[in-house]
Amino acid sequence: MANLNLVQAINLALIQEMERDERVLLLGEDVGINGGVFRVTEGLHKRFGARRVVDTPLAESGIIGTSIGLAMAGLRPIPEIQFDGFLGPAYDQICSHAARMRTRTRGACTVPLTIRVPVGGGIHAPELHSDSPETIYSHQPGLKVVMPSSPYDAKGLLISAIRDPDPVIFFEPKRIYRAYREEVPEDEYTIPIGKARVVCEGTDLTVISWGASVLQCMESIEKSSRSVELIDLRTIYPMDLDAIETSVKKTGRCVVVHEAPRTGGMGAEVAAQIMERCFLYLEAPVQRVTGFDTIMPYYKLELNYMPDAARISGAIDAALSY
Amino acid sequence: MPIKSILKLEIEHVSILDEHGNYDEKLGAGLIPDADLVKLYEAMSSCRYLDEIAFKLQRSGRMGTYPQNMGQEATSLAAAYVLNKDDWLVTCYRENCGLFWRGVPMESILLHWMGDERGNAMPREHFATPIAVPIGTQMLHAAGLAWASKYRGEKQIACTFFGDGATSEGDFHEAANFAANLDLPVVFCCQNNFWAISVPGKIQCSAPTVAQRGIAYGMPVVQVDGNDIFACAYAVKQAAARARDESRPTFIEMVTYRLGDHTTADDARRYRDQAEVDVWKERDPLLRTRMLLERKRLWDSTKQETMQARIEIEVAAAVARAEEIVAPQVSDVFNYTFAEISADLAHQRDTMQTHSLASDTPVAAKGH
Repeated sequence: MANLNLVQAINLALIQEMERDERVLLLGEDVGINGGVFRVTEGLHKRFGARRVVDTPLAESGIIGTSIGLAMAGLRPIPEIQFDGFLGPAYDQICSHAARMRTRTRGACTVPLTIRVPVGGGIHAPELHSDSPETIYSHQPGLKVVMPSSPYDAKGLLISAIRDPDPVIFFEPKRIYRAYREEVPEDEYTIPIGKARVVCEGTDLTVISWGASVLQCMESIEKSSRSVELIDLRTIYPMDLDAIETSVKKTGRCVVVHEAPRTGGMGAEVAAQIMERCFLYLEAPVQRVTGFDTIMPYYKLELNYMPDAARISGAIDAALSY
Repeated sequence: MPIKSILKLEIEHVSILDEHGNYDEKLGAGLIPDADLVKLYEAMSSCRYLDEIAFKLQRSGRMGTYPQNMGQEATSLAAAYVLNKDDWLVTCYRENCGLFWRGVPMESILLHWMGDERGNAMPREHFATPIAVPIGTQMLHAAGLAWASKYRGEKQIACTFFGDGATSEGDFHEAANFAANLDLPVVFCCQNNFWAISVPGKIQCSAPTVAQRGIAYGMPVVQVDGNDIFACAYAVKQAAARARDESRPTFIEMVTYRLGDHTTADDARRYRDQAEVDVWKERDPLLRTRMLLERKRLWDSTKQETMQARIEIEVAAAVARAEEIVAPQVSDVFNYTFAEISADLAHQRDTMQTHSLASDTPVAAKGH
């Protein structure tokens, strides 16, 4: 057992999978000698060499497009897109090819790649370094979308993502890259994609979240006098609908929290699923605490944009007193 | 049927003022009058000092991530000097010097990196597009801006700046192809500074020059010493004339060097040798310009001291204006999303919440 932060846990997962499986290779901008701009791939270039840890030309579409080819040839590429806001040029390759290849070829051709992307705001970064685009990729059929909120989960989920036979976008909440440490086993373990985690149990209301926002949810719940259950989805698509249903049938109330904009966000999908599955159990309308339907502001105003404990508490209180 | 050579290419490299201060009188004739050269040197010096101060502001927690311009002042300044005031400058983020020459206030650049959108609110009269953070995207906008001028039958052209890394992006190739094939009056200025964060130029371009990328699209190209303000001005002047008179694009490779880190979030010592940096420090555009000015007896240490004192006051005032600006309104997060805000978005703005039920929790604006 080691006491690791999120960056170290991901680094450890990468090392272990690369040692275990010769087919795994990393590619991206600055992932090699520099160890990644967040140092997630620190030491890997030295350890595995330039053949397996590859500094690429500055071209996101190229990084993903060549990763698709590598994956189609049977390798397990792990491309990194340096920031959430730079996914744009890669969108075409991700959605027009990676997501569709299995369907297009009736399973003859598959794309087992894991796209690592630092995600979200709250680090005083410049424009396009703070976005939360998980909905866009969750909406695209053929992609799995993962976003851990803890070092332990990050290691187990990343290993599952690398071994998954289909393309996975692995969003890393950069705000909590070094926020805290926890015990992370050196030994191999996996956390299944598609399974949520009950962070804390409660009976009065269910809070559902993912990524860095889970921490603000915990902060809010700790202040609450009521019994609130917190579910960290961990995988945004495919969503653990059973976990949501079980919890909401128990509590009858739900608040969904995410940093991405509200309209059409995954909170809307959670709310719709709850309405379909738990309609007669609901004591209050499902509430959403999300980013606003605006461009993510530059950092002077970013804290006003992101859901914080006060806003989450406001929604929890409103749902409880409904 | 014999095999024959069908194409031979040549690329010219222009150097007028070299790193030792040697100046080619013939090539430089009429390019930059002495009085202007003094002003350009002062502009580079003041940009350099602002760069140093911005770095310190970031290190002391008074500014966010900042990309230093140090060493690359001559490129964009030469362009801004040569171009008409209403020619578009379409830049990324290492062209402060050209923007300042154009009239963009220093505090705008500071504000932008202090996390304040008002820093990017480029007044129309500067004909400068906002700082483009995503790499290699803005060259297409330059093609479009130039196209609009051509469409209207005007003589305005567009000059765009980007790095060597940007030429790896698909958008660069599309911009070059559009400009060449649609005969658009664009000047492509590639600041080849050898490093895209930690990735060296050879990973971006295996050809001996970046300039030849322009040849592939059928446009005239030239490589210049990017730390030589005369060579940069020479090339931009020719390219601007070609754009204005013939509506044809040009690709200029300006060979320069990023003396600082990529940004304040970077540490270049991790991936490049100090010996390489030291070589380029000798090639600094400021040093050679000063050498020439001194040889021409237009400059001396007294003038340097006087200028430095004035610059320090000017930069301190710009920093004060940037730091003392009234805090942005939280409603600004919403108010620039559309020309007319929707009822739902206005509700989000006015309640500062996204959940539907009434909430008793007061909403307080947060500082950063």
